[in-house]
Amino acid sequence: MPFFTFLGNIHCHLRRNMIKLIGLSFITLEIEVQYMEFLSNVINGISLGSIYAIIALGYTMVYGIAKMLNFAHGDVIMVGAYVCFFMTSRYDMPAVVGILLSMFVCTVLGIVIERLAYKPLRQATSLAVLITAIGMSYFLQNAAQLLWTSNPKVFKSVVGDGGIQLTEGLYVSHVTLVTIAVCVVIMIALTIFTGKTKMGKAMRACSEDKGAAQLMGINVNTTISITFAIGSALAAIAGVLLCSAYPNLVPTTGSMPGIKAFTAAVFGGIGSIPGALIGGILLGIIEIFAKAYISTEISDAIVFAVLIVVLLVKPTGLLGKKISEKV
Amino acid sequence: MKGRKTLNKTSKNNFITMGGLLLVYVIVLILKEGGITTNLINGQLVPICAYMLMAISLNLTVGILGELSLGHAGFMSVGAFGGVLIGTLMQEVSDSKTLCLLVAVIGGGLLAALAGFLIGIPVLRLRGDYLAIVTLAFGQIIKSIVNILYVGLDADGLHVGFIEKPEILEDGKMIINGAMGATGIRKISTFTFAFVVLMLCLIVIYNLIQSRTGRAIMALRDNRIAAESVGINVTKYKLLVFAISAAMAGMAGTVFAFNYSTVTPTKFDFNTSILILVFVVLGGLGSMRGSLIAAALLTLLPELLREFSDYRMLVYAVVLILVMLGTNNAKIRNLVAAFISDIKSMFGGKKTKKEEKTNG
Amino acid sequence: MKKMKKLVCFGLVSAMMLSAFAGCGKKDSGSGAIRIGGTGPLTGGAAVYGNAAKRGAEIAVEEINALGGMQFELRYEDDTHDAEKAVNAYNILKDWNVQISLGSVTTNPCIATAAETYADRIFALTPSASSTDVTKGKDNMFQMCFSDPNQGSASAQYISQKQLGTKIAIIYKNDDAYSTGIYETFIDKADELGIDVVSTTTFNTDSQNDFSVQLNSAKNAGADLVFLPMYYEAAALILDQAKKMNYAPKFFGVDGMDGILTLEGFDTSLAEGVMLLTPFSADASDEKTKSFVAKYQEKFNETPNQFAADAYDCVYAIYEACQKGEVTADMTAEEICDIMIAQFTTMKFDGLTGTGMTWGTNGEVTKDPKGMVIQNGVYVGLD
Repeated sequence: MPFFTFLGNIHCHLRRNMIKLIGLSFITLEIEVQYMEFLSNVINGISLGSIYAIIALGYTMVYGIAKMLNFAHGDVIMVGAYVCFFMTSRYDMPAVVGILLSMFVCTVLGIVIERLAYKPLRQATSLAVLITAIGMSYFLQNAAQLLWTSNPKVFKSVVGDGGIQLTEGLYVSHVTLVTIAVCVVIMIALTIFTGKTKMGKAMRACSEDKGAAQLMGINVNTTISITFAIGSALAAIAGVLLCSAYPNLVPTTGSMPGIKAFTAAVFGGIGSIPGALIGGILLGIIEIFAKAYISTEISDAIVFAVLIVVLLVKPTGLLGKKISEKV
Repeated sequence: MKGRKTLNKTSKNNFITMGGLLLVYVIVLILKEGGITTNLINGQLVPICAYMLMAISLNLTVGILGELSLGHAGFMSVGAFGGVLIGTLMQEVSDSKTLCLLVAVIGGGLLAALAGFLIGIPVLRLRGDYLAIVTLAFGQIIKSIVNILYVGLDADGLHVGFIEKPEILEDGKMIINGAMGATGIRKISTFTFAFVVLMLCLIVIYNLIQSRTGRAIMALRDNRIAAESVGINVTKYKLLVFAISAAMAGMAGTVFAFNYSTVTPTKFDFNTSILILVFVVLGGLGSMRGSLIAAALLTLLPELLREFSDYRMLVYAVVLILVMLGTNNAKIRNLVAAFISDIKSMFGGKKTKKEEKTNG
Repeated sequence: MKKMKKLVCFGLVSAMMLSAFAGCGKKDSGSGAIRIGGTGPLTGGAAVYGNAAKRGAEIAVEEINALGGMQFELRYEDDTHDAEKAVNAYNILKDWNVQISLGSVTTNPCIATAAETYADRIFALTPSASSTDVTKGKDNMFQMCFSDPNQGSASAQYISQKQLGTKIAIIYKNDDAYSTGIYETFIDKADELGIDVVSTTTFNTDSQNDFSVQLNSAKNAGADLVFLPMYYEAAALILDQAKKMNYAPKFFGVDGMDGILTLEGFDTSLAEGVMLLTPFSADASDEKTKSFVAKYQEKFNETPNQFAADAYDCVYAIYEACQKGEVTADMTAEEICDIMIAQFTTMKFDGLTGTGMTWGTNGEVTKDPKGMVIQNGVYVGLD
């Protein structure tokens, strides 16, 4: 019975990493958690997380109002980064011009996408819109490849390459500081905007109930278009900062960070603006910790496992609103 | 004919779908044996069957149970690698290709069902987009785990390793080799086998939907609270659907893997999950016939667009968007409907497939 | 809704019929040219490699056809770096009656198409699919690039011989067959040679932005040489991030690193002192390379990388073998296959990526890797 001999002879080669994974290491002090190394990992985690956060803000903004997962968001980010790249690297314009122009281009792009692809589907199921968004994402990626070739480009950081050396081994780059500052500013601005202004209130009304909002004299179409315009402008900023931190620009640059940011947005409670910031930063820290203390090979699995556990404990994410069901 | 009249409308529709599928199979088989179809078509027959099976199995989750899943390719991955492992082991003890494949498909399906069951558990607590993200997360987790999984076979038996490749003897071979996936798979999938698996799964799904269980599942989809209040066991039915759907995806994965000499973990990534979801949404939620057609069409489409060379995927994206707009926007839909009736009247009401073809 | 479904049904039928007969019109065999076909990622994330190979091959075919005499017809089909699509692309080439195959550009698709070319008895020479799984057990599958084990052990040997480092760290991409393949053989050889590997970390497609953990691990372990078996985009990010954290070990790359200097916007000072084993450099001063690079730049407005050079060499190697074996366009693929196998296992070939190349019966190429070091933004021979 050769088949049974296979089973009888199963050798499991488990590396220490796997035992660590089970968590024994934390008890047995197998690894000495060095204080400085720990701090440096926290900082690296925040650096990575701040990038996720800034992308997640755009995601969550559009989701919160239009109730749709805009999978093309990551690709709008890519377009924004390309526009800025061409302005600053090819035509030697100052960074500010590059950023403003890329915001402008992305805003227009966002409105055009919304008008052409999403608006005709206002009455359709959310899944239909989701698929259209995916089609849009393919379109942008392939259009970018045709326009700008698939050759990678190295993005020139808009905030310079420098950083602050806190102590030996502890280093915070300017990009991280700027990203966090921008995140906080955007978060506060968005909170005030949606909370206080007339337009913001209209947006919240649309997100609650489109029909009722329309009855109250709110132009739902315009409101949603404006939401996309703002979301896309945020995407441009996110694209510029993403590529400043990780200067590798290809037509698929936006897709994976887009998915991670979406995860971050859900983690923090999708639709919640502070949730996006917290979710993004936590996701970054978890990812770095998983890589540093467990294993780089399975860091992705760990990040997503943590996400699942968190959602099991808090089913609507960290800051998400509880869904109350009417009977 | 007499018997069919007594059937209700749904059953009749189901028979038409199954009959149509069988007819297409027979026609394609005749064309293939006659050497009329191109190599391209011959090469795509098995993957199309596999994708059709993926589409109907996902439709069971999304269309019938009403839960969005963004990680369906994960089950396909479990089925593909599990099936390859089992099939390769079977080849050591049996020479019959069909037997090997059969055992592999069943084994792959069972492993995937187990994965589906595990994923079904968090599903009970979560809804909507939060559930979708959990399925996405599971898909990613499966991908990362297969990526570090090594299974080798030599005279000593089976060697399993995580992260580190196990040492195997000279005469041995790696069945699953981490990131490189499974290589050197014997191509034993055949069109007929793939079709039989697909047909059996379709019959199972139709029977499930028509049964008491199916009605309970759809009641959960339409109004969970009402369904619960009449005593429908949410846990049981949700886990059941997830397990069945995953098992079918796993079978599709096995059939798919045995059609190529290599599969990699990265093949079954988020993009593949999305692709399957596109089949389902395009074909219509809950409509198995739609899923089958959409899967076949969208699998062939990128190949048909090769005429556009560099613009191929761009055109694909545009077609995808236009079809979504065309099938979901009332205005455009009416336009198309008017257009069709125009054509119909042009051909004097009765229209054959051939005539329609010239306009398609 | 019902009407729509009907429309879709008819669409399906028409599409099926269309595709079933689509190939018929293209079967022209009277042109008198030998049909060479290959698949590669021309779209998607890996498009840069496929397009480079396609362009390199195009230039070679143009040059050969301009000479008069033997004529080639080249066709590249897109496989989006996916085994399934590669088989489709290959089948399209087969419908076109391809006579000699250039395999696939990337490893996994090539493993899939190699099984097909083997079954169909079509000779295949891949420019760049480097895993041994590509050629294993197939007598008609040959490689133009180094195989992964060859690169991995050559790198280990080089590092040990020249005593480039005492403590080695490795960062590799663990969902990529190329990177993993080189890593595995490197680590085996390193064990054998007694090289001290102090840190091994990985990244993958989903997390190839942030390398802080990997670099910290290398730094904390005191590594003085970091081995980077990967393509140049990721390597560029690693160099950038290492500099930001003031970590300056020696970096050692493989042939995938080539291209880093011509990356648009890349600060070449970051790559100062980086060593790599590569068979091709666009800066080489020999006539062949100069003329190829000039033509490529003129035609495509970019600098060719090793994929382009490998594909260029492939076409020329096939050309030489065809001439010696007196292949004509009216032969069947199977006849050509036998001639080519006989030629390739006996011939010596000089190309852009090496001189005096020979092939074993296992399909692997033997050529000398050149050790290069980057100084002042250009490659300089290490020896």
